[in-house]
Amino acid sequence: MNSLTLSQVTKTYDGVTALDAVAFTVAPGERVALLGHNGAGKSTLMKIILGLIPATSGQVTVLGAAPGSQTARDGTAYLPENVAFHPALTGLEQIRLYLRLRGDDPARAMDLLDRVGLGQAARRRIGTYSKGMRQRVGLAQALIGNPRLLVLDEPTSGLDPVSRRDFYTILDGLAAEGAAILLSSHALTEVEARTDRIVILSQGRLMANDTLAALRRRAALPIRLHIAARPGAADEVAAQLAGGRRNGVMVDLTCGHDDKLARLGDIAALKGLIEDVEIIPPSLEDLYSHFSRRDGQ
Amino acid sequence: MTALARPVAALGASEFRIALRNRWVTITVAMMALFALVLSAAGSAPTGDVGVDALSVTVASLTSLGVYLVPLMALLMSFDAVAGEIERGTLSLTLTYPVSRSTILLGKFAAHLAVLSIAVGAGYGLAAVAALVVDPEATAGLPALWRLFWSSLLLGAVFLAIGYALSAVARRPGAAAGLAIGVWLALVVLYDLGLLAAVVADGGGAFTTHALPWLLLANPADAFRLYNLAASEATSAAAGLGGAAQTIPVLHALISILLWPLAAFALAVVALRRVTP
Repeated sequence: MNSLTLSQVTKTYDGVTALDAVAFTVAPGERVALLGHNGAGKSTLMKIILGLIPATSGQVTVLGAAPGSQTARDGTAYLPENVAFHPALTGLEQIRLYLRLRGDDPARAMDLLDRVGLGQAARRRIGTYSKGMRQRVGLAQALIGNPRLLVLDEPTSGLDPVSRRDFYTILDGLAAEGAAILLSSHALTEVEARTDRIVILSQGRLMANDTLAALRRRAALPIRLHIAARPGAADEVAAQLAGGRRNGVMVDLTCGHDDKLARLGDIAALKGLIEDVEIIPPSLEDLYSHFSRRDGQ
Repeated sequence: MTALARPVAALGASEFRIALRNRWVTITVAMMALFALVLSAAGSAPTGDVGVDALSVTVASLTSLGVYLVPLMALLMSFDAVAGEIERGTLSLTLTYPVSRSTILLGKFAAHLAVLSIAVGAGYGLAAVAALVVDPEATAGLPALWRLFWSSLLLGAVFLAIGYALSAVARRPGAAAGLAIGVWLALVVLYDLGLLAAVVADGGGAFTTHALPWLLLANPADAFRLYNLAASEATSAAAGLGGAAQTIPVLHALISILLWPLAAFALAVVALRRVTP
């Protein structure tokens, strides 16, 4: 059974459509990235999943129950975007409160804060924390009670690169234990390596829902080949391969997915003139632009 | 603990800690203690003339003070309760926990009421000590002081709940603060001035005899004042609209101050339920 199932979820505000027949699923242990511009409907979709706002139409099933039901709330953890917490409380006091609200043992607060790397600052007031530290308090509360579904809105915003890596390591552990994870992010490169599937929303509509490899195949965006010529051979390489020269030694080529091997063969035939070849597949940014603008934006 | 008591206790303890850290406890205790001592000093002089004990006179003064100060302290503590959580983004987070909206309000309410009871208890307690020091007969006023204490908490409860409702309607702390001050002015200051003007214009007619008592009962601050003055033996020491106290049964005033906290809390829960996080 899927941890989260959305079918034909539509939300309208005063006649404006925020979500238009969105449908996808998240299975246990799966990490799904939700991508979209600001205002694409990501936060609205998350709030519907959490039962904070009702959908205008369509079906949402969270852990086999209705969103906002006792079963759904007991098993779901949420990290809101830019959550700030009360500055007068310490991280430890804040996490102890959330543990008690879940009916959990408040003595576990220190373990949770250690797990997100806040053990040293646990007894300091949140008012003295940096944005990244507040974000870790938010992550610590999302780990309470072994949630079976995590809904994370921009979880890594404000985190430095090392903290981001630690954060995804924690998520990997949760997913390995069977938790379903739905996270939104603007940092496409980190999503690329750390999630199993990508859902792209644009203007409230689902534009793509697939693995990165499948999206690459479907988009059929050109692959770039960077060829480093031997000194003085750049012009000849460029002429032979009908490619543009980038500078004195580099030659740039683009080709379709199916032409890739043939083009590499051409390049290999010139091996006396060539130092190195780099194959650059379309980036997630390219894919994201492709899918989110498909509607003729 | 039961399923309801546990989250209320957790939220209440957290909110009380915030009130301590934000110095609300210090500020309200200092304010009440200072005013109570000043009134005790001022009230100790005319004791012999009026013929009642020093504490009963002080209770009449404290009633007039409490009717302004208790609603003000309650609104100052409560205006940020919902709007602040919306601004910090913690309201939507707490609502995804297995906790209902009324439970969230109950937790805050318990903590804020505890702060009020500490402040009011400290102020009134000091007044009692001061009266007992100058007048050994002042023990006669202790029942009136006790009555003033718990009715002050009921009055505070009303304005705490009104503060939560305003906070939920305003959604931004700044706007909620403005609304809170407006409500305080309207209910505590302007309401009585308006009634006084109407009484003067009416000249003892139907308004004064029929509408006025009900209008006084309809305002929690007036009901509080009427109840304490009517029940006290020191009614003669009171001024202003206190004179109307004779025409209103004590029971009606008591019912009003008992019903108001329930009605105001229900209003706050409705207002919070309407908030879309």
